[in-house]
Amino acid sequence: MSNAYWEHYQHPADMGIRGFGPSLAEAFEQAALALTAVITDLQTIEPKEKVEINCQEQDNELLFVGWLNALLYEMATRRMLFGRFKVKVENGQLIASAWGEPINVNKHEPVVEVKAATYGDLKVKQDKNGNWMAQCIVDV
Amino acid sequence: MCAENLKRRSEFEWYIEPTGKMHVPVIIYADKQLIDAMDDQVYRQAANVASLPGIVKASYAMPDAHWGYGFPIGGVAGFDPEMGGVISAGGVGFDIACGVRALCTGLTISDIVPRKAELADALARRIPAGLGSRGKLKLSLSEMDDMLVGGAEWAVERGYGNRSDLERIEERGKMKEAQPSFVSDHAKKRQEDEVGTLGSGNHYLELQKVVELYDELCAKSFKLAVDDIVVSIHCGSRGLGHQVATDYLPKMVKAAQSMGIELPEKELACAPIKSDIGRQYIGAMNCGINCAVANRQVLTYLVRQIFSDLLPKANLVLLYDVSHNTCKVEQHSVQGQTKKLYIHRKGATRAFGPGHPSLPSDLKVTGQPVLIGGTMGTASYILVGTEKGMDLSFGSCCHGAGRAMSRKQASRQWHGKDVIRSLAERGIIIRGASTRGVAEEAPGAYKDVSAVVEATEKAGLAKKVAKLEPLICVKG
Repeated sequence: MSNAYWEHYQHPADMGIRGFGPSLAEAFEQAALALTAVITDLQTIEPKEKVEINCQEQDNELLFVGWLNALLYEMATRRMLFGRFKVKVENGQLIASAWGEPINVNKHEPVVEVKAATYGDLKVKQDKNGNWMAQCIVDV
Repeated sequence: MCAENLKRRSEFEWYIEPTGKMHVPVIIYADKQLIDAMDDQVYRQAANVASLPGIVKASYAMPDAHWGYGFPIGGVAGFDPEMGGVISAGGVGFDIACGVRALCTGLTISDIVPRKAELADALARRIPAGLGSRGKLKLSLSEMDDMLVGGAEWAVERGYGNRSDLERIEERGKMKEAQPSFVSDHAKKRQEDEVGTLGSGNHYLELQKVVELYDELCAKSFKLAVDDIVVSIHCGSRGLGHQVATDYLPKMVKAAQSMGIELPEKELACAPIKSDIGRQYIGAMNCGINCAVANRQVLTYLVRQIFSDLLPKANLVLLYDVSHNTCKVEQHSVQGQTKKLYIHRKGATRAFGPGHPSLPSDLKVTGQPVLIGGTMGTASYILVGTEKGMDLSFGSCCHGAGRAMSRKQASRQWHGKDVIRSLAERGIIIRGASTRGVAEEAPGAYKDVSAVVEATEKAGLAKKVAKLEPLICVKG
């Protein structure tokens, strides 16, 4: 198993999302996949259009939630779903590209709309082997 | 939750003494079974709320309380601005003023039966719902500001309802404290074409049948009789509310840090009511409330149009509109003194008792109607506020069944198609949702709403008036 992956975890009202990666940026990319997988089957999204996303925050935890919420904003206002991400993080500044396509209800069969990424259960940390994990609860 | 850790003050009231950083006790209203099933996180989160500056009386949890983020869902707390009290963006939540409205239709079950499938199809086709749906209105920035200031009144003035509707909405559908200048362009952009959309998740539009009355006199005053058809709409402030919360949470985390407010967890982000950031959030959050009631008003207009096309003898009259995720300025009695408090209700319903000055004259007699939504397969209830509830919980009660199981667990346990089939066998038509969405919202994933309502009544928070069962459920 590659050490970049994502998972959902249980929360009684909402959904917990978690991304793992050898770098902070890759953990953020994986968490974005986990976020999208709350909404739809990732396999159904074709990377037809690219959108650039930037954000900045004072620490890694706030930056993580800021990133997911910036992504949700692009999804909501462009009415798009994204299935591929490239993230760069430098000194609290995040620069990302997201590839996806406009929502097609028949094709994507969206399960639920995510209202926001929350600070609930928020953790961004590095383990002793240097791998990163980023998690939070999303409000659906 | 282990009942042994709590002090039982009466059959339906559980008490936790203030310890450590808590300024006030925690009070949970529930029966023994609900307490046993309640997540320990409710205890922890309610205790965290009790440690916030300026909280008065107690940190309350309603019978449907469950693990939220920051506040428990089903949490109620009042803060005194004169005691350094705070306002918390996390304490209101992301779906500002998510709520329920119920409309009496003047129809009975015999009017509906022959047209049920046709009506279900029309509602599913004509009510924008689900991810990516757009409303029929597209608001310019100046129209957006008018909507945010005017709320449901704005919608009625635009022709989406009657003046009499406003009497049956909390604060007549317009929060005067709304200040659109404190709402970001991002939030306004997100709402541009979302007015008059249902959303998704646990939101729904239901056609329900009254099956039982508990208080004949009150039911008569609410114009409810057995076999009557009621329309119930559950939705919130859409993209605007979500973005207001998203914008203010990080600002409040930083404000709390700079003002020396210790946050047990980031999601409790808050700022003093009497601070710049506090005032800005209050202005923005009230825009969120106005947005939610305007949204439910426009949806009401769409539903009225559909009924007028299919069942023209229907007359849809608003029974009441309640909001669940709010912070409102209210007068309450604290140790014999009347105080102006900021009451946070996170997944809790305002339930003002008879005689409350904010109610219209006919509801002053009975108390405020309280609308409790069930799931797509279980009953909903209409309750009425009590005088005792004003003292017990700042006039608040439960808001729904509350989830008993995570979405992940639910989608493993059930298949959407099976859920739809078994509901159809019981005469309940489901429309609009994806099959995984139906599985995640399966009735079995929720607590027993009847047990929650029973505990609410027995604790004295509100009184049962009527029980309703679903006939048609449109999901997003």
